[in-house]
Amino acid sequence: MPERIAAEARRDSLLLNLGPSHPAMHGIIRVMVELQGEKILNAELEIGYLHRGFEKTCEAKTYFNLLPYTDRLNYVSPLLNNLAYAMAVEKMMGITVPERAQAIRVLMSELSRVSDHLTALGAMAMETGAFTVFLYMMKAREYLWDVIEWTTGARMTTSYIRVGGVRADLEPGTRERVALAVKETRQVLKDVHGLLDGNKIFLDRTRDVGVISREDAVSYGWTGPCLRSTGVYYDVRKARPYLIYDRLDFEVPLGERGDNFDRYFVRMLEMEQSLRIIEQVMAALPAGPARTETGIEPAEAIAGSRRKRELRPVRLSPTLEGSESGRYPGIVAPGASVAVPPKEETYTTMEGLISHFLFFMKGRGLHPPPGEVYASVEGGNGEVGFYIVSDGSDRPYRLHLRAPCFHLTAALEQMVRGALVADIIPTFGSLNMIGGELDR
Amino acid sequence: MAENLSRVLTERFPSGLEVLSDAPGDETVAVGEAVLLDAMTWLKGRPLDYAMLLDLTCLDERPLGRGFTMVYHLLSLSRNHRLRVKVALAADAPAVGSLTGLWKNADWLEREVYDMFGVQFTGHPDLRRILMYEGFEGHPLRKDYPLRKRQPRLKERTPDA
Repeated sequence: MPERIAAEARRDSLLLNLGPSHPAMHGIIRVMVELQGEKILNAELEIGYLHRGFEKTCEAKTYFNLLPYTDRLNYVSPLLNNLAYAMAVEKMMGITVPERAQAIRVLMSELSRVSDHLTALGAMAMETGAFTVFLYMMKAREYLWDVIEWTTGARMTTSYIRVGGVRADLEPGTRERVALAVKETRQVLKDVHGLLDGNKIFLDRTRDVGVISREDAVSYGWTGPCLRSTGVYYDVRKARPYLIYDRLDFEVPLGERGDNFDRYFVRMLEMEQSLRIIEQVMAALPAGPARTETGIEPAEAIAGSRRKRELRPVRLSPTLEGSESGRYPGIVAPGASVAVPPKEETYTTMEGLISHFLFFMKGRGLHPPPGEVYASVEGGNGEVGFYIVSDGSDRPYRLHLRAPCFHLTAALEQMVRGALVADIIPTFGSLNMIGGELDR
Repeated sequence: MAENLSRVLTERFPSGLEVLSDAPGDETVAVGEAVLLDAMTWLKGRPLDYAMLLDLTCLDERPLGRGFTMVYHLLSLSRNHRLRVKVALAADAPAVGSLTGLWKNADWLEREVYDMFGVQFTGHPDLRRILMYEGFEGHPLRKDYPLRKRQPRLKERTPDA
């Protein structure tokens, strides 16, 4: 309940409630504003409607089991959450990820970042009346998600980036799809620049609206494009390069005013840089190992393995693609207790079955040494960090997510104070609040 | 850098501060609860310039024979450096000074820790639940809170109440 605002409100002012289910509230969040005419005197936010006990649940799950829960944090760019979590566990266990998997991770990160920014700006543009921009951006996002679906098998809940590497190698045909997605996204960005950059309606709603100073942005713990829109140069990819980012050529766009328009523009420029990164990664990525298109049927292999060990390649079902032992060196770090053992060995050999059980049995599998770790990546909204405390068992003793939009949303009360009611919508839209990450 | 940092810190705070780890990237110091505000104010200012409170959370270490531990992550943008500060709190009725005067995001972060762990922040202007609702019983991230605990039903509220 917004108690503070009710207690502080003046007698002649009006209290207006926005949300929790309001189309412009992106999910569920409640904004209570105190109005004098159209002017906002005071504001109070109420969050927690999407709280599902992420951190508590993770304490009860094994390190391998809890990965799918990280998909559901920032559900527009789940791969970035997967990556942050996987990197935190890898840091604890001292695992080095193979080069090819690192390149694939960068590719997936940047595709997610572009789709995250497209979603944020598309929604923001729609709420300021630019419905065409929304449709164009969703169209571009579909091309990007097509690549993600082609690689991971899912559009949103991917669970693709695993501890030690990635789940599966790139499919044949990825290169063409990436090229198409990059081309289409470039075209959409060009169109959107043309539609919005000099658009009077859009400028009136965004220019010098929702301004935050550099000092306040830092004091609120802002990171990501929103912080950079105020002119502060901080990008985790540059500040502490992870994966292969130190070898890639890209720039970090900065804004100067810290208003809604700068937040829009920084995201637009960042997408162009992400597309550059995607092209560089694809150009440098060597072709993967040839696919075993032919192979004996699993049933035949299982039947045969009862008499003697099956040495011929086994064809796996599409849901197990990437689990073939032949691909492991390229995409998964070596070591018995890091990744799920290859599936065809599990089904056809006794040793494979034993190693499968040893990975999944209680108290086995991933168990980092006792200690604590904080690892972060540059997510769509800013620094996504995992703080994990291990007591040496197979479950985290404590897992805490540093959610970037928690810090962003905390500043909204201050940003809308003194503004007009209509300013809440583009200001809130430009922060890109994601409920799954905010409320955990 | 790491040696330098621990030397600077121990010189400035001869008592009440202990360097737990100076592994690059994971520098950790433990601060006594009494000197927390002094230490944080000093860390935020020059020369160390930890301008950003990156994160703030809590650990319930009572099953390990300790009390609660507050964990702060600070970030210096100018020096590109991260520091972890830990403060040990009592096992019963944990309380610590609020950092709302230093960083603005401490407001919500401390409310979350209060909500989840029941840590009292002295000097916080508006300490109440943030993710859970009014009428929620207990603090869910405490280790003695069962994973599947049921909550009592809330009374129906009338619009006027």
